[in-house]
Amino acid sequence: MIRPSRTGASPPLLRLLAVLASIVLAGPAIYLLIRNFTADADPVNLLISDQTLGPLRRTLILAVLVSISTAALGTGLAWLTTRTDLPGRRVWRVLLVLPLVYPTFLGAAALVRTLNPGGLVNDALANIGVDRTPTLQGLWGAWLVLTLLTYPYVFLPVAARFSQLPGSIEQSARLLGDSSWRVFQRLVLPQAFGSIAAGTLLVFLYTISDFGAVAIVRYDTLTRSIETNQLNRPVALALSLILLLLAAVVVLAERYAQRRRQTTTTSIRSDRAVMIPLGRLRPLVLLATGITTLLGLVAPLAAVLEWSIRGLAGGREVRLDTGQVAALTWNTVWVSTVAAVLTVLLVLPIAMLYGRYRSRAGAIGNAVAISTFALPGILVALAGTFFINQSDWTFATFHNTLGILLFAYMIRFAALAMGTTLLAVKAVPDRLRDAAETLGVSGIKRFVSIDAPLMMPGLLAAGGLVLLSTMKELPISLLLSPFEFETLATRIFGTFSEAFVTEAGLMALTLVLFSFLATWLLVIRPSES
Amino acid sequence: MLRARLRRSIRFTALATTVTLIAAACGSGSSATAATENTLDGAAAEIFSGECAAATETEITIYSGRDEELVGPVLDAFECSSGISVVTNFGDPTDLALTLVEEGDRTPADVFLSKSPGSVGFLQNEGFLQTLDDDLLGLVSDENTAANGTWVGITGRQRVLVYNTELVDAGDLPESVFDLTDERFRGQVAIPATNGSFQDWFTVFRSQEGDDVAAQWLADMVANDAIVTESNRPTVDAVGRGEYSFGLVNHYYNFQQAEALGDDHQALNHNFAADDIGSLVIVTAAGITSSSDNVDEAQQLIEFMLSEASQTYFTTDSLEFPLGSGVSPADVLPSLDDSGSDFDVAFDDLGNGLEETIAIIEDSGIFG
Repeated sequence: MIRPSRTGASPPLLRLLAVLASIVLAGPAIYLLIRNFTADADPVNLLISDQTLGPLRRTLILAVLVSISTAALGTGLAWLTTRTDLPGRRVWRVLLVLPLVYPTFLGAAALVRTLNPGGLVNDALANIGVDRTPTLQGLWGAWLVLTLLTYPYVFLPVAARFSQLPGSIEQSARLLGDSSWRVFQRLVLPQAFGSIAAGTLLVFLYTISDFGAVAIVRYDTLTRSIETNQLNRPVALALSLILLLLAAVVVLAERYAQRRRQTTTTSIRSDRAVMIPLGRLRPLVLLATGITTLLGLVAPLAAVLEWSIRGLAGGREVRLDTGQVAALTWNTVWVSTVAAVLTVLLVLPIAMLYGRYRSRAGAIGNAVAISTFALPGILVALAGTFFINQSDWTFATFHNTLGILLFAYMIRFAALAMGTTLLAVKAVPDRLRDAAETLGVSGIKRFVSIDAPLMMPGLLAAGGLVLLSTMKELPISLLLSPFEFETLATRIFGTFSEAFVTEAGLMALTLVLFSFLATWLLVIRPSES
Repeated sequence: MLRARLRRSIRFTALATTVTLIAAACGSGSSATAATENTLDGAAAEIFSGECAAATETEITIYSGRDEELVGPVLDAFECSSGISVVTNFGDPTDLALTLVEEGDRTPADVFLSKSPGSVGFLQNEGFLQTLDDDLLGLVSDENTAANGTWVGITGRQRVLVYNTELVDAGDLPESVFDLTDERFRGQVAIPATNGSFQDWFTVFRSQEGDDVAAQWLADMVANDAIVTESNRPTVDAVGRGEYSFGLVNHYYNFQQAEALGDDHQALNHNFAADDIGSLVIVTAAGITSSSDNVDEAQQLIEFMLSEASQTYFTTDSLEFPLGSGVSPADVLPSLDDSGSDFDVAFDDLGNGLEETIAIIEDSGIFG
């Protein structure tokens, strides 16, 4: 019997699952096309109008800048916390993920509150004679805020990748006399290229879809045009389609770059990674890590604390009680955990089909999942409503149920899980699977006993990203959840937008705390054991 | 081994302490509105203090673009007093309106409540609101209802100029929104141009003064280096810190922000002259969906929101302008006679005029 080659026929069950998953993931894109048609939108003419070209250009400039800086920062920090003797690296690995937990509208507002003129930093610096801190605004303001809030998209998967690499290569290279930097550049970096590119792509797509942060620092992008025209449907729909096409182009470009650079090596960690001694650089590196955490995590937290504490100290009646917060926290934690698990399961067949069998269907599913990340969440929510509204039965069965909510989360965040899952799939050495096959181990059993354990660190990182993002997700949670099912993020949005900053602050503190716990328990600890 | 365990337990203790602190902080301001025994407590009890009516089978659904903190107590009081249960769906008014249109006739929504007229106007245009009963429309003055009777104003939020008290001398404050194009305000005034309430205000501005005047004013503001912001709250926050001096916003946010931040927030509201378009009162509005099966109950809910008790709550608790039952505004608010409520405002223009408003705002070059 001739065994099918790796690039040959894929198991029919896998193909079926992957195709079904891809159809689900294509939902928002299909919805957008239909609505552009029914609303008589005119994306072509809109694209070439001044009203669109200016914001589009600014969107691109910002996205490129943020991508470059997050790639550098995320990769550097990932390497420092996994491969060197950086003091307290386990704690850093959790802390450095946390800027991801701020809903951007809140994180950006808090960052601005702390850093901009008249903020806490300004107050502190006034003692040493600094009158007015520089204002975070425009392109550079948006760049800094988005870099600080999104570098974890690179950091988390790249750290997962680094911690999987065998230490032996670095060890031998160093024995042969290479410097740390050369080892990093020539051996470590190429091994992680896939993770870095995948994470950076997410940052790019997040940046072009973000409205919360760019609005706060007053940088005018395509999402601002969409937001302004929300009730002017033809325009908003056409602009959203342009955004999606832009995303698709970038996703395909990234794939092209990846293909030209086939560097992913199969590897399993067979030994403890060697910790590169930082030597004299230690204080400097520690300072850089500290500054990142100060700006990305502590600065927003300071404003959140200010809102909470001042409101409490002012003796104002706080319209929250412990029971409410506990219920919101419980809802947030369990729904996000379930969403994370389901999202990884949804993308896994596509990742296996694409990563292992190089199937065209897998490639398409992969591109669809990732491009969808550029769409504002509201569109995913509206698409969900549109599809269940096709018949009385579907509407009655799914309207505002946990089912539709979880589906929408999965579609919204599939991209976050995809890149890391794909790399996890590729990291399983063919020879191991071949050996198992030769020994007559069946497909499912092979998956459970060989693939699953080896993929686990990658899958956990994938699920972790989805988990943290779901915990702070807004439009979908507001619009599709069962009526009166609320999460911390939805209540933070409601209270914050009506300027109940004390209530919003207290709930944001709770969100940060539980995200910290979740990151530690579900992502960091399992990947270390 | 022992050290590792000890370290872990220290970490756990630290976490547990933080959790407890947050819990205690929240607990200290407990204001549960849940019905205990058969009466309400907390803010809802101020609206309805009697014994709750026996629960009926009827259930109505409200899509509320106004936050739970603000309308929750009123809805609780209505449930208690009427025995009708209210299912709530809170969210951004624009997002809720878009969802409702996508849901079409299958929508469970009976009542739609909005922060500003833009989204009810949109729903009206799309044909999703029904004409309200004359008795209901009669509860508020004509200028605060839709001319075709599809929605009714519940409370008002006034347009004001929020200013930083450190940077601005109260004697230099302008009498009219038209003064803001003067050289002395160059680069100092923030306009939340993306925001629904600014767009609604600008639509009325156009209908009152004409498109040419309105567009010219906006062009002059752009030429005067006006600062474009996204929405009211961050604008008020930045003025309170002194990042810039002025913001054209709704009156409501500065009160909340000042209450929460105390001395750290150095900003006050300034009212333009009563007859100035800059002093317009923008209504929060409610309507009943065309597909509602519970029109009577929906109507009862809107009437309840306009009752003296609810209107008193809205003005004392959330510091908005009452529009029904002859309730006077809270002491901290200017009386309505001195403010812009006497405009002959055709709020109906808001729905139809919104696209044109957006086009003028985009064309003004304000977004760069």
